[in-house]
Amino acid sequence: MHMLQELSWKVGGQQGEGIDSTGKTFATSLNRMGYFIYSYRHFSSRIKGGHTNDRVRISTVRKNSVADELDILLAFDQETINLNARELREGGIVIADSKFSPTLPDNLTQHVHLYSIPFTKLAEENGAAIMKNMVALGTSAYVMGLSPDFCAPVIQSMFGRKSQKIVDQNMAAVRAGYDAMSSQNADFSGFQLAPATPDQHLLMIGNEAVAFGALAAGARVMPAYPITPASDVMEYLIKKLPSVGGVVVQTEDEIAALNMTIGAAYGGARALTATSGPGLALMMEALGLAGMTETPVVIIDTQRGGPSTGLPTKHEQSDMFAALFGNHGEIPKVVLTPSTPEECFYATVDAFNYAEKYQCPVLILTDLALSLASQSVTPFDYNYVQIDRGNLATPEALAAVEPGKMFKRYERTENGISPRVFPGQKGGIHHVTGVEHNEIGRPDEATSNHINMMNKRLNKFADIELQGSISYTGDNEPEVLVVGVGSSIGAIDEAVTRLRNQGIKVGHAQVKVLSPFPTKTLQEYMNRAERVIVAESNATGQLFHLMQFHGLQHKAMTSFLKYDGTPFMPKEVEAHLKGAVPAWQQ
Amino acid sequence: MSTINDFKGEKPTWCPGCGDYGVLNALQRASVELGMDPEDMVVVSGIGCSGKLSAYFGSYGLHTIHGRSLPTAQGVKVANRDLTVIAAGGDGDGYGIGMGHFIHAMRRNVNITYIVMDNHIYGLTTGQTSPTSDTGFVTKTAPKGAVEHPVHPLQLALASGASFVAQGFSGDIPQLSMLMKEAISHKGFSLLNVFSPCVTFNKQNTYEFYKSHIVKLTDDATYDPTSKAQALLRVSQEDAIYTGIIYKEDRPTYEEMAPNFSETGLATQDHSLSADELEKLLVQFQ
Ligand SMILES: Cc1ncc(C[n+]2csc(CCOP(=O)(O)OP(=O)(O)O)c2C)c(N)n1
Ligand code: SF4
Repeated sequence: MHMLQELSWKVGGQQGEGIDSTGKTFATSLNRMGYFIYSYRHFSSRIKGGHTNDRVRISTVRKNSVADELDILLAFDQETINLNARELREGGIVIADSKFSPTLPDNLTQHVHLYSIPFTKLAEENGAAIMKNMVALGTSAYVMGLSPDFCAPVIQSMFGRKSQKIVDQNMAAVRAGYDAMSSQNADFSGFQLAPATPDQHLLMIGNEAVAFGALAAGARVMPAYPITPASDVMEYLIKKLPSVGGVVVQTEDEIAALNMTIGAAYGGARALTATSGPGLALMMEALGLAGMTETPVVIIDTQRGGPSTGLPTKHEQSDMFAALFGNHGEIPKVVLTPSTPEECFYATVDAFNYAEKYQCPVLILTDLALSLASQSVTPFDYNYVQIDRGNLATPEALAAVEPGKMFKRYERTENGISPRVFPGQKGGIHHVTGVEHNEIGRPDEATSNHINMMNKRLNKFADIELQGSISYTGDNEPEVLVVGVGSSIGAIDEAVTRLRNQGIKVGHAQVKVLSPFPTKTLQEYMNRAERVIVAESNATGQLFHLMQFHGLQHKAMTSFLKYDGTPFMPKEVEAHLKGAVPAWQQ
Repeated sequence: MSTINDFKGEKPTWCPGCGDYGVLNALQRASVELGMDPEDMVVVSGIGCSGKLSAYFGSYGLHTIHGRSLPTAQGVKVANRDLTVIAAGGDGDGYGIGMGHFIHAMRRNVNITYIVMDNHIYGLTTGQTSPTSDTGFVTKTAPKGAVEHPVHPLQLALASGASFVAQGFSGDIPQLSMLMKEAISHKGFSLLNVFSPCVTFNKQNTYEFYKSHIVKLTDDATYDPTSKAQALLRVSQEDAIYTGIIYKEDRPTYEEMAPNFSETGLATQDHSLSADELEKLLVQFQ
C-alpha cells in the first residue's frame, strides 16, 4: 500500500467552540509520535463567534509552512465547509457533524467526499456534547490509519488531574468517532500516514521560543502591555519568571513598557518588552533614549497586519521600516529577523548578549505566522546559552576614580563601547541623559562633542556583519535567487526544492539580520544569480528597498509581494518563480 | 557620613530665584540627615527646568524623556530594590504628558518617591499654560486666559490609591526637607507636590502668593494624616493651600506583592539556568 509522507488536516467551526484545543490535541499527539507538525490558526479579533480554523500539516520530515492542499477537513458547521472545502485536493474528504445536515458546495461534489457523522450525538451518548471534538479526532484517526489511542497520552495529561472518569469519557468519545468512521465501509487507503521517525521534537510557537530564550538568557524583568500576537511572550513569562525571582509588570501602555525596560536595564537587570506594530509606534521616543543613553534593551515586535489597527490577527511583515527608521534622530541598533522557532530561541539569547556587548537597543522582528504557528522544533542546544554582560567597569577602574570625580560611563574608546556600571556601585557615579552629553554624561552641546559622540555611537557597527545574518540553500549559480525574510523560509524552501527537482537552478537567501545589514554577503550571493526576486509580506517592498538603500545592485531585481493577510504558500512562490523566467513557462 | 557636598552635582543653571533651588537644597539636606550614600541613590528626572535636578544632585542620575520619569524610575527600583529611587519633574511633565503614568504609579505602589516641582507653567519652553495653571491665567498659549479647569494632583493622588501624599513649598526649606525625609522613608509610592515658583514666567504664583495662602498642616495638631476622609476634605477646599503630610497609609509595595520576586538587586546575580532546569521548563512543549 502506498503511504503518505505527509498529510494536511484542518478543523473549523465557530470561535469559542473548542476548535483550538481540538487542533492542539491532534497536533501534540502526532508530534509526540515523532511526526513533524506545522499548525497555523485562522482566527478573528473577537472572542465568541466568527469562523476559526486550525490547519495542521503532518509530515515525516520537517516542513516550515502550511501545505498547498488539504486532505481532510473536519467541520463543526456549514460555514467551515463553504469557506474551506475548496482547499481540498482531488479526492479529499470532509467529515462533518450530521447535526447541521452538512452539504458540499455544488462545484465540489465531483471532487471531494463528504462523510456526515453524528459528532454531537455520539458525544452526548458518551457523556456530554462538549466532547464532540474528541469524536471528530476519532474519525480522523481511523481515516489516517492511526490507533484510536493515538491521543490517549495527551488526553490523560489534559484531564488526568481532574478525574479519571473525564479521561475515560473523552477516550470513549474518540473511540465512538473511530468506530463510526469504520462503519462507513469506505476506502481510506489514500490517507494512510507512513510511520514517523523515532526522533523526539518539541511543539512550540515562535512566541514561546522567544520567551523561553529570554528566560534562558537571564532576562528577569519584563514590562509589557498586552497586544495580539505578542501577548503569549508576556503570558509565558508571567508563569515562569517568578520561579527565578523575576517579574512581569503589566504597564499602562507601551510607552511605559519601554521606559520601564530602560530603567530596569540601567538598574542592571536583563530586561525586555514585547509588542506589535501599534505598540512599537508608541515606543519610538523611548527607543531613541535607549540608543542615546546606550542602554541595553531587547524589544520583541511580532508584526501583524497594518497600518493602524489593521489586521490584528493576520500575517504581515510591514514593520521593518518602522523598526529601522521609526525613531527620530540617528541611533545604533540591532534588528534580528529569525525565521523558525529554533532561531527565535537562539536570536533571543543573542539579542541580550548583543544588547550588552554593543550597549544599544536590540529589536527582534517576528511575524504573525512565526509568532503563532505551532511547529515541531529540534531540541535546543543549551551550550549555546552563554550570558555575556559586555564591558563592565572593573573594580580597579572604579577604585581609581578620584573622590568628587564622576565615572566616565561614555568614555570614547576605539570601538565606541564604554565600560558600564550599575547604580549602587561605589565610584561609579555618572549622569545619564538623552541630551547630548560628554564622557561623564553631562550635557555638552559643543559641535565637536556632538560629532565625536555621534561617531562613537554609530560606529559600533562599522563593517560588522553579525554571525548567521543570512542563510543560503540551493544552487551556487542560480538562474533565480529568492531573497526572503522571517517565517517565509519554509514556503520558499519548498518551492525552491520543487523547482530544483525539475532541473531548474534556484537559490534561496533568507535574511536574518536587518541591522547591521549584511550587505557584503548578500551582494556576493546576488552576483552569482541571473535574477533576484525579493519575496516579502507587505505592499511596498520594504526589504527590496532596504537592499537598494544599502547599495545592493543587480541588473534584474524584482519584488514579489503578498499582503492579503496570509503567509506565502509553497505553490504561490513556485508559480511566481516560474513566471519570472520566460524559458520556464512551458 | 555624607555631607551636603557629597550630594552636589553639576552647578545649577536655573534662573536666579527659581524655586527649584529650594527643592535641590532640601533634597540634599534630607539625604544627609537620612544618612544616605550618594551611590545608593538614583534621581530619575523628566524634561523641563525641573528635570535638570538629576544633573545637579550628586547621586546616580538618569535624565529621561518628557513625562516618562515615573515608568523609568519604577524600572530602576524593580531591578534593584536596594536603591533609593527618586523620580522628579515639573507639573507639565507629570500632570500633562505623563499623567497616565502618574495615576498608575500610585496604584502600583512601587517603593519610590516622586517629587513634582509645580510652578503652574511650562518653564523650559518659555512660558506656556500648564495643566495646573489656574483658569484665566494668561500665558503665551492662552493670551486671553486659560479656559480649562486645572488638574488637582492631590485629589487625583488620593483617588488613585497613593500610599503617601504630601505637599511642600520651596520657600520653606526646613518643612520641605522634613517632608522629603518622610517621603523617602515611606515604604511605597510617595508623592510630594512642591510649589516651586517660576520667577521668570509666572508672575501670579509667586513666593509672596504662597506665603500668604499656605496653611501648614504640620501646625494643626488635630489633623490626622492617616484619615482619608480628612485628607479628601482638605484637598477639596478651594480657599486654602495646605502643606504638610496630607495622607499616609501602610500598604504592601508592588515588590512585596509580586509573587516570589527577588528581594535583592538583580544586577549582580548569576542568572544562568542549568541544562537540567532548562530541560524541565521544556517538558510542557512535549
Ligand atoms: C515629547 C515632547 N514634547 C514636548 C517637549 C518640549 N518640552 C520640554 S519641557 C516642556 C514642558 C516643561 O514644563 P514642566 O514640565 O512644567 O517643567 P518646568 O520647565 O516648568 O520645570 C515641554 C513641553 C519635549 N521635550 N518632548
Ligand atoms: S524659567 Fe522658571 S522654572 Fe525655569 S529655571 Fe527659570 S525660573 Fe526656574
